[in-house]
Amino acid sequence: METTVATTASQGGVWGGGNQPLRASYGKMMMWFFIVSDALTFSGFLAAYGFSRFKFVDAWPIADEVFTHFPFLHGVPAPMFYVAFMTFILIFSSVTMVLAVDAGHKMKQSKVAMYMFLTIIGGAIFVGSQAWEWATFIKGEYGAVETKGGKILQFLDTEGNRVAIGSFAESMHSTATEHEPSNGIWFMSGNDQTSYNFEEVKAGFLANDNLLIRTQYLDENGHPTVLSREASIAKIKKDGKLVVEGANLKRNEYGHPLFADFFFFITGFHGFHVFSGVLINIIIFFNVVIGTYERRKSYEMVEKVGLYWHFVDLVWVFVFTFFYLV
Amino acid sequence: MGHHEHSLAIFRGRLKFKTIEQKIWGVFIFLSIITIVEVIFGIIKPQSLMVPFMSSFEGGFMATMANLFLSPFIFMKPLNLIFIVLTIVKAYYITWDFMHMRDETKALRRMVVWTAIFLICYLILILLVEGDYIFEVYKNNYVKFDF
Repeated sequence: METTVATTASQGGVWGGGNQPLRASYGKMMMWFFIVSDALTFSGFLAAYGFSRFKFVDAWPIADEVFTHFPFLHGVPAPMFYVAFMTFILIFSSVTMVLAVDAGHKMKQSKVAMYMFLTIIGGAIFVGSQAWEWATFIKGEYGAVETKGGKILQFLDTEGNRVAIGSFAESMHSTATEHEPSNGIWFMSGNDQTSYNFEEVKAGFLANDNLLIRTQYLDENGHPTVLSREASIAKIKKDGKLVVEGANLKRNEYGHPLFADFFFFITGFHGFHVFSGVLINIIIFFNVVIGTYERRKSYEMVEKVGLYWHFVDLVWVFVFTFFYLV
Repeated sequence: MGHHEHSLAIFRGRLKFKTIEQKIWGVFIFLSIITIVEVIFGIIKPQSLMVPFMSSFEGGFMATMANLFLSPFIFMKPLNLIFIVLTIVKAYYITWDFMHMRDETKALRRMVVWTAIFLICYLILILLVEGDYIFEVYKNNYVKFDF
């Protein structure tokens, strides 16, 4: 590629064509411009998250009270550890990727293949971790009550520990069943059935004197407000409407519905990038193994997918900060 | 094999590596340390870093200007400021050393980085100011028809 730059003078100066002022091949340059536009898409998502969070800044869930789970550590709160682990996996797969690019510059086919393989493994572990994170988030842990105004009420004992609704709700042998399309109007669907209905949770709450309600509004120290026993009773009697377990796009037990919406959209869009990155890496890996680039005498394709892969890592650095840390 | 020479130094030339592999591992260790620091801060959340460094200035045009220029120290928790700075540091080293931006021509570097940074800063500014305004409208129960 440098040769073209060297020959411009003999081709009639700047206007003769053949100039490469950026000294990058067409493919690499286009990958960079794709990355710029993709970065703007992600910033659109993250800035929209910031917008909604600023809009409800006094009632936004605190991330390290939501993401406290770690596989095989049941009931042990481990805020942040799992995302930190995911971050390390992704940074490490970036390292193996850049090592593959470097081995490509040196035309070492087997080394490129090995590093590409490790990168694919890292990406697969990351996507798997994200699936686990989603499953935990959707399933939920404690459950909550939604008010008529759409606010979330969570339950605490007097020591300030969270209490799951299943541990105090009184079973009333409810006969309510989920609406099924076979029982009448097929296009109507009922509310999702929760393991306890609101009346059962309310009865259990009134019967247990050591239970308090925590609202989603933050006090001046940034902690969610805990109501007194009297205020809690008044609140659940006056405002309580239905039980929320876990999270979906409409409501979630952690707090504001938009929190879960942005969680699904941002980590989902990023996870989709990782997934497609893994697929592209697999294709390039097989091309390396069958010697395509050896015959082409250039491993530039590895470099181009490498750029994409690093970009995915770059985006995760920002998602990690703005979703989990800030 | 057209590719140009790699720069082997980071931290503005203060830390030089002998080979490109060594530089990659060096950058990896640096990024890992930053991530560990972030996680530790995220878990401990030191109380001293949870209140802004300074309070906002009152009255007059100069006070408004001071609030604007010092806004990261007036309106942000220092902890969040630290997180954002560390994130940008990480992003810099991923782009410069893993994506080899350090070795590209100045023109390509500016085309990619300045464009993205300008547009992203603009987007963030507009949306966060608007979000804060709507928050005030909700909070003060003063709903204008065209907010």
